[in-house]
Amino acid sequence: MPAGLLGIEELERQEIEAILARAKDFQPIQTQAQKKLDTLRGKMLVNLFFEASTRTRTSFEIAAKRLGADTVSITAAGSSVSKGESLVDTLNTLAAMRPDCIVMRHAASGAPHFLARHLAIPIINAGDGTHEHPTQALLDARTILDHRPGLEGLRVAIIGDIAHSRVARSNVHLLSKFGAQIVLCGPASLLPAELGCLAPGVHLTFDIREAIADADVIMMLRVQLERQHEAAFPAGEYFQFYGLRLEHLALAKPDAIVMHPGPINRGRELSSDVADFQRSVILNQVENGIAVRMAVLERVIG
Amino acid sequence: MAALLIQNGRVIDPASGRDGVADVLLEDGRVAAVGAGLSRLGAEVFDASGLVVAPGFIDMHVHLREPGIEHAETIESGSRAAAAGGYTSICAMPNTIPVNDSATVTNYIVERARRSAVVNVFPIGAITKNSAGEELAAIGSMIAAGVVAISDDGKPVMNARVMRRAMEFARSFDLPVIYHCEDLHLSAGGDMHEGLESTRLGLRGIPASSEDVMVARDILLAQATGARFHVAHLSTRNAVAMVAYARRQGLPVSCEATPHHFALTDRDMAPYDSNYKMKPPLREGADTTAVIEGIVSGVIDAIATDHAPHPGSEKMQEFERCPFGIIGLETALGLALERLVHSGRIGLGRLVELFTTGPARILRLERGTLGVGAPGDVTIFGTDFEWTYDVNQSFSKSRNTPFHGAKFRGGPVATVVGGAVVWRREG
Repeated sequence: MPAGLLGIEELERQEIEAILARAKDFQPIQTQAQKKLDTLRGKMLVNLFFEASTRTRTSFEIAAKRLGADTVSITAAGSSVSKGESLVDTLNTLAAMRPDCIVMRHAASGAPHFLARHLAIPIINAGDGTHEHPTQALLDARTILDHRPGLEGLRVAIIGDIAHSRVARSNVHLLSKFGAQIVLCGPASLLPAELGCLAPGVHLTFDIREAIADADVIMMLRVQLERQHEAAFPAGEYFQFYGLRLEHLALAKPDAIVMHPGPINRGRELSSDVADFQRSVILNQVENGIAVRMAVLERVIG
Repeated sequence: MAALLIQNGRVIDPASGRDGVADVLLEDGRVAAVGAGLSRLGAEVFDASGLVVAPGFIDMHVHLREPGIEHAETIESGSRAAAAGGYTSICAMPNTIPVNDSATVTNYIVERARRSAVVNVFPIGAITKNSAGEELAAIGSMIAAGVVAISDDGKPVMNARVMRRAMEFARSFDLPVIYHCEDLHLSAGGDMHEGLESTRLGLRGIPASSEDVMVARDILLAQATGARFHVAHLSTRNAVAMVAYARRQGLPVSCEATPHHFALTDRDMAPYDSNYKMKPPLREGADTTAVIEGIVSGVIDAIATDHAPHPGSEKMQEFERCPFGIIGLETALGLALERLVHSGRIGLGRLVELFTTGPARILRLERGTLGVGAPGDVTIFGTDFEWTYDVNQSFSKSRNTPFHGAKFRGGPVATVVGGAVVWRREG
C-alpha cells in the first residue's frame, strides 16, 4: 500500500485481500469485554471532516482507539476553514503538529489526492465528493464475505443515485477486481452510460426488477439530495420506481442479503419493512466498519 | 535607420507562396526586400542558416490580465512571454477589471502596450457592457480606439436576441464577432469534459453538447445577420463538423483551435491536477482527432493559445474551486511542430499559415506576410533542436501549465518586431 489510502481503484487485489483477512482477525475483538490493543500506542491520528458524518468519523475514531492510538477529531464548522483558510494551509498547519496520519472527508472529489501530492503525511480518504469511499467498499466486501464464501461470480445489484455515489464507485472497483457481476440501476439521469465502462463486469439497467433478478447482494444507495443541483427526476417518483420493497426480494436469490451504507431514509430508497428485514445486514456493515478500519489503520501507520 | 538582414534562412511566406532559402532585409521597421544574396551596408546580420524565417506569428486569443489582475499577468510580462513563444502580435481579450467595454479602457490598454509591450498588442472589445450579456457595449467607439474584434470571452451571451443585435451591429463595421461557445445551463458546475474520465474521477462534467448547441445557434445567427463569426477555441467533433458545414454554405464563419485541444485528451489529465483544467475542457480522443482533421483539411483557420494566466495560489486548491485556464504562449509552436508537423499531418507551409495569414485574414490585420512594405515582424524558428520547457523560466507571471518538463523538437529561435529583435533563444 502507498503511504495512505486514497481509493480502491489503484489497489491491487492482493492488498485488498490482506486488509479483508486482517479485518476478520479484528472481528472477535468487537464483542469481547477487553477491546483495546496497543498496536498503535503512541501514534496520533487526526480525523478531519469537512463534511458532516456521524458513522464514518465515529467508526475511525473507535478503530484508532481500539488499536491504542490517540485521536483528534476536527469538523470544518468551527475550524479555521470557516475563517477562510485554504485547504493546503489547513493541512500544512496540521501536518506541522506531526500526527501519524490524517483521515479526511471532503465534499470535493480529489481533495485528498491533491493534498497527498503536497504533504508528506499519509492520508486516508474517508470519502471525497462523488469519487471514492474506499473503507466503505472494504467493509461492504467484509460483510458480503461473512455471508458468502467468495466474491467471484456473485451477482451484486447496486441501486440508486449511482452518479453521485462514492460508495458505488469504490464498490464497483473492488467487486470488479474479484470477478463479481455488478448491475448498476437507477434513473438515466443518475446512471450515466459511461459507468458501464468504469470496470470490467459492469452492466447497467433502468429497471429495478431486472437489477434484482437472481441477485446475491442488493446494495441500496442513499439519494444524495445534497449533491443534486437540480431535480434529476420528478419529485415524489423515486420510491415508486427505484425504492426497494419487500415484494422485490422474491426476485432475488432466496438467501440474498440487503445492504445500505447509511444513513437510511425509510420510505425513500427502501421501505421500512425492508430495512428491518431479517436478511438486511445494515448493522453488520456498521460493525464491520470498525474491524476494517482497524486493518487499514494498522497497514497505514502500524 | 537601423536595418536587420536575416540571412540564409528558409523563408516561408504563405501570402506570397514563397518557400525557399533567401535573405530578408528589414529597414525602417518594414520589410525592404526578400531575395537571394541581399546586402546592406551597416545592417545588423542575423544568420538564420538551418532555420525557418516566417512572417511574425499572431495569437488572436490571449488574456493579458491588465488592467486589474496584474498579479497574474501584465501587458509587459504577457508580451515578453509572447515574444519568447515566437509571437509578434497578440490580441488581448476584454475580460480585465474593468472589462474592456469602452473606448476609455481600450485607450488605456493601447497606451500601456505602447509603453511596456515588446510585441504588438491588439485589443478585443467586449460584446456587452461588463460582458454581462445584456446591453451592447460601446462597440463603435472601441473600434475607433483600436479594437480588432469583439468577444465576451469566457462569458457567453446566453440571450440569443442580444447576440443577434451584436452580430448585426458588428456587421455594419465588418468587425468579426469572436465567440466562446458554451451553453452555461448545460455546463453549469462542470469541471472537466463529461465522459468516462469525469465519471471515474467523480467530477462534474462539461458536456460536449454545451459547446455544440452554441456553435449551432451562432452559425444560424451568423447566417441570419450576415456577420463575420469566429468560433474561439473549438474543441468538439460536432463543432468542427458544423463549421465545415457553414463554410460549405458560404457563410463567413471561421474558427481557431488551441494547442492543448489538439495535443491532449481528458485521459492525459494527471488526477485532479488543475493545470489541466480549462474551458472548453480537454475532450476525448475522437474530438482531438476531429480538431486535428480540421487543421489538416483547412476548416480550422488559426491556432490560438487562449493563454490564461492564474497565480499559483488560485490553482492550489480543490480541483472544483480552481479557475479555468492555462498559459500557452511559450509552448504553442513546440506543440504544433510536435503534434502536427513531426507527426506528418501538415507541412511547414500550412503550419505557418495557421500562425500568420489565418488570424490576419480574420482580423483584417495588415500583417502575417513578408511582402515588401509589410511591417517588419518576423518569427525565426527551428524544427529539430531539442529543448525542454521549464515553466520556472517563463516570462509569464503565472505558472499554470500542464507542459512543464515537456520535451520538444523545434521551437522559436528569435522574434523580430518592427525590424528589431525583441527575443532570442539563449544558448
